[in-house]
Parts: sequence; structure tokens; C-alpha cells
Amino acid sequence: MNRAVPANAGSARTRIGAMVLRHAYLMRTSWPRIFELMYWPTIQMVLWGFITVFLTTNSSYIAQATGVLISAVLLWDVLFRGQLGFSLSFLEEIWSRNLANLAVSPLRPAELLAALMTMSLIRTLIGILPAAGLAIVFYEISVFDLGLPLLAFFSNLLIMGWAIGMLVSALILRVGLGAESTAWLAIFLIAPVSAIYYPVSVLPEWLQAVAWWLPTAAVFEGMRSILIDGVVRGDLLWHAALLNALYLAVAAATFLYGIHVARRLGLLLQVGE
Amino acid sequence: MRASAILHGNRSRLWFCTRAPPIIPRMKETVIEVAGLAKVFNGTPVVIDVGFTVAAGQTVALLGANGAGKTTTISMLLGLLLPSAGSIRMLAEDMVRHRHRVLGRINFSSPYVDLPRRLTVRQNLIFFAHLYGVPEARQRVDELAEELEIQDLLAQRSGSLSAGQKTRVSLAKALINRPEILLLDEPTASLDPDTGDWVRGYLEAYQAKSGAAILLASHNMAEVERLCDQVLMMSRGRIVDRDSPAALAERYGRQDLEQVFLDIARDRRTAERAAE
Repeated sequence: MNRAVPANAGSARTRIGAMVLRHAYLMRTSWPRIFELMYWPTIQMVLWGFITVFLTTNSSYIAQATGVLISAVLLWDVLFRGQLGFSLSFLEEIWSRNLANLAVSPLRPAELLAALMTMSLIRTLIGILPAAGLAIVFYEISVFDLGLPLLAFFSNLLIMGWAIGMLVSALILRVGLGAESTAWLAIFLIAPVSAIYYPVSVLPEWLQAVAWWLPTAAVFEGMRSILIDGVVRGDLLWHAALLNALYLAVAAATFLYGIHVARRLGLLLQVGE
Repeated sequence: MRASAILHGNRSRLWFCTRAPPIIPRMKETVIEVAGLAKVFNGTPVVIDVGFTVAAGQTVALLGANGAGKTTTISMLLGLLLPSAGSIRMLAEDMVRHRHRVLGRINFSSPYVDLPRRLTVRQNLIFFAHLYGVPEARQRVDELAEELEIQDLLAQRSGSLSAGQKTRVSLAKALINRPEILLLDEPTASLDPDTGDWVRGYLEAYQAKSGAAILLASHNMAEVERLCDQVLMMSRGRIVDRDSPAALAERYGRQDLEQVFLDIARDRRTAERAAE
């Protein structure tokens, strides 16, 4: 028998690379998609930049560290874009009725997860980097001044975005496209208790307890600690990292279980437009 | 429930009591082995005790009226659907537990599954070539495009193709990894008679060259008569008869497979009316 394809059908890296290539093709053929990725982070940054300029002359709190709001905006967008990047890449497969093709290919569910996380990282960088660059040009505020901890903040927020993206995708797989709006809405559920623009101490006591169960609250408190007090809070970074490890494991298990249920109920063929 | 037990079903199915399904001879390596396969949705059985084998180089058709269980059976073979009971072995692997070990050597085409619409045909085929670990992906795409005469379509977006063009591109995707097992759901649906005939010829040539096994579901009786060594007749989730197209026609005293199909479909309707 003519067997040009190796029995193991290539490596996991090849298959994940194929998925990334498929989404890169998609973005390349649609410039509005790339524009949309950059649009909201830039608009947010510009908006909050001018608010910062105004507040620095009227608020002693903000005057202590002029970059605090813009940094918060950019970091919040890392979470938002990270989650959306994961969920939208998954939704693309449903919208194009390609999920069945993937399910019968050698691509394993864990490799699909890895591909979606890679796409989320790429989409987030495309969205955030231009906005971060413009913040330097417009306001002489550089989020990169956060130094090495920025990498830890970025990673933690991205991972949390992935975890939420996995839960959203599992929900869409289970109940269908009727739930697709959760891809845009879910993240805002945790925004009020994430202490993005204000400290956790502002929240009512019972909500503070909830906030500390979110990696986001620890990340934004850590960010303010650097920008306002000049102190790197390793304890907050570890707090966020441990919570993220827990949430990522739970979300990945939920996503994989979602695929198993979809195979049991025949949803992989049915889900779509 | 095995074949003998099926024979003791309701009276409407007694017509094949005297025509016991022959066992498909195992002359070549068996690449698909299905036994006791069943699927139940919300308490309703849609596939019941399906069992068959397909050897390398053999073409087998699943025939039956709409709702007979063909697509459900193929979906379970592909792993899109988990069986409620039974076993599926393909290329000597348990498809429920270890399907990823052999999925790179299998492929499928269905008019109900699209390729990403915003990608061009070339981009789609390159993507699937990488996904299946095909070496020299671009070369393979050009080779297939020439063989299937879709060179002119390579730069077009998949979403802009006509139904017939989609079928040919879908076939190219199904052959991208030179599969040893090819599962085809209505492979010539939406094709004009000339193109349909050409595709059937291509499949015959591919099989002769590669020794692949082909399992197809089709409503085109002429296609089944031309391509298939064996036919599995399905009705209400069960395989109710099996043989070569010519042997089936002879056994039912009919001229062709279409008349055999109608006999079985009408028997089903009679049974449904009796049940009411």
C-alpha cells in the first residue's frame, strides 16, 4: 500500500502549527479582523489616557503614579483579549462548520487546546503592542516601565483569559451558538471585583473575600504596588499564579469533558450556524 | 443482539428469514471490524447491533432510507459519536479508546461538513495536509489539484464554490493523506452525471492504486452497483441484509439494486403502519 503519510501522522507540534497556520490564513484574508484586534485596546488607551491627564492635575492619588490607569487599561485588555482570542478562535471552527473535520483528524483535544492558546497569545499581542506603543508616543507612559514583573502580570492575565475562554467554549459546545454572546460578556462578570482601577480595599468586606479568589485582583494590586510604592510584591504574584494553576486545570478538564459529552450526544456534527 | 436474534424480530422482517445474510469472506487483511454496534439517543435506539467487516481494497456501501442509521454508523466509525455499545476496530486499533493512533491513516468526506469558507481552496488543502502530517504538503496539494482537475479553484475561497465544486474539493481534502480507509457520505451528491461518473472512475483508480478500503453511504444505486463489492442494507437502525449488488438483486428477484432498495424501504413503511 502506498503510504506517504507516517503512521503517527506527524508530531503534535506539526498539528498545532497547522491550526495556527489555518487561523493565520484567516486573519491574512481579512484585514478588518486585524484592525478590530487593535481597535479596542487603542481606543481604551486613548480614552483613559486623557482621563489620566485630567486627573493628574486634580487627584493626589493619581498624581503619585501617572501610569497607573493606562497600565491598568492595558493589562485589563490582556485578560480581555486573551479570553476573546481563545473563544473566537474556537467559534471560528463552529461558524465555518469545521469542528467535525478537526474531530476526525489526528489532532488531539489537548492539541486543539494548545493551538487555541497559541492563537490567543498571537491575537493578544497584535491587539496590545500597538496600544502600548501609542501610550509612549501620546503620554510618555510606558507599561514596560513595570520591568520584569510585567511578564508575570501578562502571563497571569493571559492564563486566566484562557481559563475563562475554555469554560465559555465548553458552554457553547454544550448548548450551541445561542450562548456565543458569553464570549464577549463573561469577562465583565469579574471586572467589578478584579480591582482594575481601584484597590481591593474599596470593595465591601464580603466582596473583598471574593476578589482575593480571583488572580486578577492580585495582579492589579501587584501592579499598583510597583507603580505607586515602587515595591514588587512576590506574594501577590504567587497568589495569582497558584489560583491560575487551579483554574486552568479545572477549565481544561471542563473543556475536555465538554468534547467527550459532545461526542456522546452527537453535538460535533450539529453545532454550527 | 446478533444476526440470528434479528431474525426473530417482528413479522414484517420475516421476508429475509430464508435469505440469511452471508458472511463476507476474509480474503484480504480486514481493516474495519464492527461488532454489536449500537447507539441510543434519549432512550431511542437509532443503531441496533450492527456488525460487519471491510477488507483492504474492498468497497462496501451502507444503503438505507433516510433515518436508517447510515450517517450515525459512519459517525461512530469516525469517532464523532461514541457508541452506546459494541466495538469498532480500524487498522487493528480500538477506535473508542485509541482512535488517534490511526486517524492519520483514515479520512472522510461528507456534504454535511464544510471546509473553512473564508480560506482559499489551496489554503484549506495545505492546512489539512499539515494537520495530517503529510510530507511536502504544497507538492501534494498541486498533485491532487491536477488529478482532480481543480487547479482553477485553488485561488478561490471555499465559500464561493458551487455545490459540485465543493464536492470535488472535499474529495481532495479526503485524499490529502492518501488514506488507507476512506469513509464517504454521498460522495457524488450535487454532481452532474458526467462529473459524478468521472469521480467514480477516480475513486476506482485510487483504490486500485492504493489498495484502500472504502465505506460509503449513498442514495445513488447506480453508483453503488458500479463501485461496491458488498452492500449492507440498513433499515430502522439494523443491517437487514448484505451481499454483493448482483446477488442481492438476484435474491430478491429484481432487475437492479434500486428495486431491492424499494422493497426494503416499503417493507419498513408497512411495518410502521402495522405498528400504528
